[in-house]
Amino acid sequence: MALLEVDDLSVTFARRGQRTVHAVDGVSFSVDAGEVVGLVGESGCGKSVTSMAIMGLLPRQHGTRIGGKAVFDGTDLLGLDDRARRDIRGRDVAMIFQDPLSSLNPVIPIGLQVTEVLARHRGMRGDAARKEAAGLLDRVGIPDPDRRLKEYPHQLSGGMRQRALIAMAVACRPRLLIADEPTTALDVTIQAQILELLKELVHDSGTALVMITHDLGVVAGMCDSINVLYAGRVVETARRRPLFREPRHPYTAGLLGSVPRLDSGRGEPLNPIPGSVRDVLSWSEGCAFAPRCSRRVDACLDETPPLVRTHDGRSYRCVDPVPLPGAVPAQAGPADQSGAPSPEPNEEKTRD
Amino acid sequence: MTDNDILVEVRDLKVHFPIKRGVLFDRTIGQVKAVDGVDLRIPRGQTYGLVGESGCGKSTLGRALLQLTPPTGGEVVFDDVELTTLPPARLRAMRRRMQMIFQDPMSSLDPRQNVESILTEGLQTHGIGGNRDERRAIIGEALDKVGLPRWALSRYPHEFSGGQRQRIGIARAVVLGPELIVADEPVSALDVSIQAQVVNLLDELQESLGLTYLVIAHDLAVVRHISDIVGVMYLGALVEEAPSDRLYTEPLHPYTRALMSAVPVPDPDVEDRRERILLAGDLPSPANPPAGCRFHTRCPWAQPTRCADERPVLRDIGGSRVACHWAERIASGELRPNHAGAGVTRAPDGGEAPEPVSIPAPTAKADSVDG
Repeated sequence: MALLEVDDLSVTFARRGQRTVHAVDGVSFSVDAGEVVGLVGESGCGKSVTSMAIMGLLPRQHGTRIGGKAVFDGTDLLGLDDRARRDIRGRDVAMIFQDPLSSLNPVIPIGLQVTEVLARHRGMRGDAARKEAAGLLDRVGIPDPDRRLKEYPHQLSGGMRQRALIAMAVACRPRLLIADEPTTALDVTIQAQILELLKELVHDSGTALVMITHDLGVVAGMCDSINVLYAGRVVETARRRPLFREPRHPYTAGLLGSVPRLDSGRGEPLNPIPGSVRDVLSWSEGCAFAPRCSRRVDACLDETPPLVRTHDGRSYRCVDPVPLPGAVPAQAGPADQSGAPSPEPNEEKTRD
Repeated sequence: MTDNDILVEVRDLKVHFPIKRGVLFDRTIGQVKAVDGVDLRIPRGQTYGLVGESGCGKSTLGRALLQLTPPTGGEVVFDDVELTTLPPARLRAMRRRMQMIFQDPMSSLDPRQNVESILTEGLQTHGIGGNRDERRAIIGEALDKVGLPRWALSRYPHEFSGGQRQRIGIARAVVLGPELIVADEPVSALDVSIQAQVVNLLDELQESLGLTYLVIAHDLAVVRHISDIVGVMYLGALVEEAPSDRLYTEPLHPYTRALMSAVPVPDPDVEDRRERILLAGDLPSPANPPAGCRFHTRCPWAQPTRCADERPVLRDIGGSRVACHWAERIASGELRPNHAGAGVTRAPDGGEAPEPVSIPAPTAKADSVDG
């Protein structure tokens, strides 16, 4: 039994007079203790909403529907009442957000924000809590922690704020840590520091980490297994190496083909995915990626592609996956009718 | 290369912003030296990439080059015309030949102007196209160049996706037929799959219109992809400048090495074998930069002599320009990283002694992909 089992999670936002938005549409994945699992995708693919739903952070509004299960160590997090959820959140399950400036309270000193977690979950008060907080800041690499505890978030640099946020998240040694784009707002050299810190924490304390990011480079260095999301569904799941070496879903392959790499030559044209994330089909009608897909066949537009599981533990949601490099190339099927998979950029269209 | 081939030359450019304090009488209590003595030359028809972390002054340099921020000192020579002393009317006329593309297309396009109005504004200002029909024809061509449909003319920015908005921004720049385009983080606000579309578009436009680019970005992979020459900035000054390929295969300045070792590569094999040169701490304040070499406070190779008290100047080392006293001895491996707070980390399965070069040779990578 995995530490966290997310099963068929769905989140819909309905508003009067507007189309219901299926932000997350049947996402399933699991995380083992000590494992780093990546959720990767572009803006609007539902990766952040997934994490918010698991943490119970989505606003309880009329029109917001959450379905499915997120079982953490035997308890379904989605079915908990507020009080039970507050007990788990911050103690067993913690979260790191993208923008540390907007997730820290600007009018409360860092120290108070860190000790708040300690007081709530570990019952620590006064000097003991302050000492523990200083130790935490020291552990995440903040120099001169005693002085920093008295400072306000605006007095810290971006990297330092993110470290403080991580200190708060790991204050109670959570068994599961969810990091939502933890390094996107940071410079590359600071990003390297933070990623190294997260790796250390996972390695030292056996914390499971769910890493939500759009950066395939970060995923390649951090994650054990990866879920690629598109339009609210997981389109491909694989271990790290197979995913990067032999992507099966055309979207994964397209993403990898469109990232400029530091170690590739100048001037080699990139192979972008045509269109934009707005050009989606509803999953109930067919494959959401079909309008942008270079391997599209008629079946893609007719029915929802089923999840295909292969014997090596991978899965993908595609009727005509990218062939494995070693495999005998299939006969030129109808997929080739659209020509070369490097379409002109001017194919980008908005749907009216 | 003759001087004729240089479109833009920047000499000892300085942009200092005063720090003021006081309620009634503003006293200047210090200066932020955002750009502090930069020399660079951009050859015609090529792309100069400027990289650095936030706060290093790269955007200020781009703006000062176009005279959008008045430089405190130094010269900007654009096609043999000195811009810093040019009378405003003539500068305005020159602006047609140098345009800018901004990072966030949503905030750099007026939400209440439709695309036609956005694109016409520049034409009217510079008196291009006699009447509305002529201007429409020019605009239509610009739309074709950036791959937007003609019906876009009557639409407003919010009706477009992020990638399309950036195309509008690019159309606004190319509609005036400029020679130089300064692109400040042109793709960093876009999704990965859209980034590639815009990068390819910039490449195509350069080819077909003979444009010269100054591309400012924090993403080294993007800059490496589109630039011929790359300059690396740190705290208001260039620390290294080299042809793109050379910079990536043989980074000479310790900061360049650290920067490149920090960029994640979407390939697990490369990631596992790489050594990260982790820098200690954050960028020092540009209001109070360290004496001597500005990087010495974070440099893993800092030496007890010279680094702390003598500011290195850019000097030629085998085709690169590097501002480091010890570049040759670091490159030869004679000097080892030593800084207390920083260290070279490597994967446990890595093996032999720390070797400072961070990017594995391309052949090794190809092997591992096959195997």
